[in-house]
Amino acid sequence: MALLEVRALSKSFRGLRAVSGASFDVPEGGLVALIGPNGAGKTTIFNMAAGVYSPDEGQIAFGGRRIDGLRPHQICAAGIGRTFQIVKPFAGLSVLDNVIVGALQREPGVPGARARALGILDRLGLAAKQDLPASSLTLPDRKRLEVARALATGPRLLLLDEVMAGLRPTECDQMVAVFRELNRGGLTILLIEHVMRAVMALAQQVVVLHHGEIIARGAPAEVVRDPAVLECYLGEDTEV
Amino acid sequence: MSRDARIGALLAVLAAALIALPLAANSYLLSVATLVLYFAYTGQAWNVMMGFAGQLSLGHALYVGLGAYAAAALFTQFGIGPWAGMWLAMALCVAAGVAIGFLAFRFGISGVYFALLTIAFAEFTRIGFDHIGWLGGPGGLFLKVEAHKTADLANLRGGQTMFYYVMLALASGAFALCAGLLKSRAGYYWRAIREDEEAARALGINTFRWKLLAVAISAAMTSLAGVFFAFYYNNLFPEQIFHISQSIEIILGPIVGGVGTLFGPILGAAMLTTLADALNNLVAAMGWDIPGVKQVFYGVILLLVVMFVPNGIWPPIAKWLGLGRGS
Amino acid sequence: MSASLIANVVIAGVLTGLVYGLMALGLSVIFGVVRVVNFAHGEMMTIAMYAAVLLFGAFKLDPLLAALPVAALFFGLGYALQAGLINPFITRPEHSQFILLVAVATILTNVLLMVFGPDARNVQTDYMLDSWAIGQVLFDKARVFSALAALATAAGLFAFFRYSRTGTAIRACADSHLGALIVGLNVKHLYALTFGLGAACVAVAGCMMTLLVEVTPSVGPGYTLLGFVIVIVGGLGSMPGALLGGVLIGVSEALAGLFIDPSAKSMFSFGLLILVLLLRPQGLLGRRP
Repeated sequence: MALLEVRALSKSFRGLRAVSGASFDVPEGGLVALIGPNGAGKTTIFNMAAGVYSPDEGQIAFGGRRIDGLRPHQICAAGIGRTFQIVKPFAGLSVLDNVIVGALQREPGVPGARARALGILDRLGLAAKQDLPASSLTLPDRKRLEVARALATGPRLLLLDEVMAGLRPTECDQMVAVFRELNRGGLTILLIEHVMRAVMALAQQVVVLHHGEIIARGAPAEVVRDPAVLECYLGEDTEV
Repeated sequence: MSRDARIGALLAVLAAALIALPLAANSYLLSVATLVLYFAYTGQAWNVMMGFAGQLSLGHALYVGLGAYAAAALFTQFGIGPWAGMWLAMALCVAAGVAIGFLAFRFGISGVYFALLTIAFAEFTRIGFDHIGWLGGPGGLFLKVEAHKTADLANLRGGQTMFYYVMLALASGAFALCAGLLKSRAGYYWRAIREDEEAARALGINTFRWKLLAVAISAAMTSLAGVFFAFYYNNLFPEQIFHISQSIEIILGPIVGGVGTLFGPILGAAMLTTLADALNNLVAAMGWDIPGVKQVFYGVILLLVVMFVPNGIWPPIAKWLGLGRGS
Repeated sequence: MSASLIANVVIAGVLTGLVYGLMALGLSVIFGVVRVVNFAHGEMMTIAMYAAVLLFGAFKLDPLLAALPVAALFFGLGYALQAGLINPFITRPEHSQFILLVAVATILTNVLLMVFGPDARNVQTDYMLDSWAIGQVLFDKARVFSALAALATAAGLFAFFRYSRTGTAIRACADSHLGALIVGLNVKHLYALTFGLGAACVAVAGCMMTLLVEVTPSVGPGYTLLGFVIVIVGGLGSMPGALLGGVLIGVSEALAGLFIDPSAKSMFSFGLLILVLLLRPQGLLGRRP
């Protein structure tokens, strides 16, 4: 039994079929990437897993338990954390306070949450900036804060939505290192990415979406040579 | 001196001054001080909803009015004193607040629409109470005022000094409560909701329930101000107590002082009430009898603050006092 | 309760409602384009009413005629208010804007109180007590003239937005602020123009209103709230919706006054506002917010 099981998932918005019959698994401890052109339905799948939308058809199971139709805060309690494509820090709060909010999901009291938050900030290299207002951080640091906050809720599965967007190659490599380490520590990760550099470096499995349907899946090396994928997304001359 | 020690010292000095005030001040000054504390209290209560949870209420007069009428009705009809009556007042206001909040949040009403909704409920109630005959209707509900030799705390009958201390206790209690709430899980969750509700939900926060809690606490606190109002002024008119100008007067202190901060509402109330009072006296001394001067003054101050010091006057003062990013 | 009494009340309600609708139209145009909730709308109406009263008192100028200069004046003032005071607040959080206008409203109401005192003022034209009779049904002349003026103004506004270049540009701003900027429209000027037009609507409505009721400084907030009820019931951003909402509110207030208690009629309006906000916030003809 995989940690996350998506079965025959479909979702339409006002007649436009965003996702159609998608099925895939994310094994426990795995690291799966969801790729595809814009509008392929990747974020819609994410949002269904995160409880923002309910699927029209199909189901999602997490740890054997059905989670489709649950609301976002219930999904978090179940053990799924997520980041947002456009980062959403609590701008008026300090970096530490941001993470404490997340930590309170697992800790009953504020002192415990604080300790937990400090530990996570340390792991992500943000400890020195803990008292700064979140609004003053640079983009790469904001992305790290977003990840730290989600991590503080103690998830078994982390959903990362285009977290590499806007990062320079060195910053991207730093994030990749962080995720590799987290995954080695046992965290299951499902990520949406356009930055192929990160996908190739991280993913054990790649799932390709196009017009709401899955058109290819497999190990990264195979998928990037798949003619259908090359045609719709990567382009014939892609070198990765 | 560390930041906490400095805050502690400031509080201690303030507390001592406030407790000792009746010894030094005459009855008139005490009445002004009581008014300052009243608005510091209501401002603090409103702040829980707006400053903490980010929900703009422009109809808080509803809770003042309901609390006042509840306690006053129990007293005039059944002889039940305010210390018992306040429980009914709180229950009634919590019910009203939760009803409004439930309806609003269930249907996704927020921001300006929510503010309009709160205004509508307050106005609805104002006109409604004008038609409740057994509560006095538009003619008003009156409490009997008798001269007392000593303060009758049980029935809140007494002189200016007694009322001053009662209000001081309420305001101090509110301050302590808000300080405690800010540091707790509630404080973190509310501020998260205020900053970004969607992100808060993704972190496991049941935003619906927490917003309702903020509304409930705010309503309960404000109801006590209503109880005080009834026994202090001894007359209640729907036109006055539910009026939108009351709601606006409540929000002035926190907005001028600093929404979401602990000291903001107190500072704002102090500044506005004393200045308005001084202005009134000045105008009277000049021999003019012009109604509306105080309100124009409030309007101008509000305008200046929202234009130039939108976060209130407390944050820069706090910084100057070395108390860090004002809280 | 005879049929002709009810008919009279309904007709009076429709005619008054058209004037309400014009006032709400101003509010709707401002909110639909500039996205500012003009909490000072009722106060602007009140000032227009006082202007009409003053002009009548000084020059015996009929409010129907006074509407023209007053509207022109208000256009200028509205433009200045938006360009000068409100414009920096477009990018600020909603409650900041709201509070700015609450402050302006408070100042305006109380300056009026200081200048004019609390006593009611009104206008007395020759035709105010006359009416036309069709069978048993009466049409008050004052109400008919006001309603016609309101319709004419509204029609003028519709035509402007539909057929003129500037009107189209303004509608573009309403649809997309960023898009309009990119295309090179002078958004700041267009916003100010829109506010001016909204203010002019209020001015005409205010002048008309003096033919129907008397004015005190405290009527402002009531009109602001009435404006919101109408705009929300009719649909934010919908011009026909504002007029339709106005008529609906005018009629329901009139009927409520007849069947229930006259003083409770605004309670009915607030109740309606609450229901609409909860069940159908886009109103009858509006787009989803």
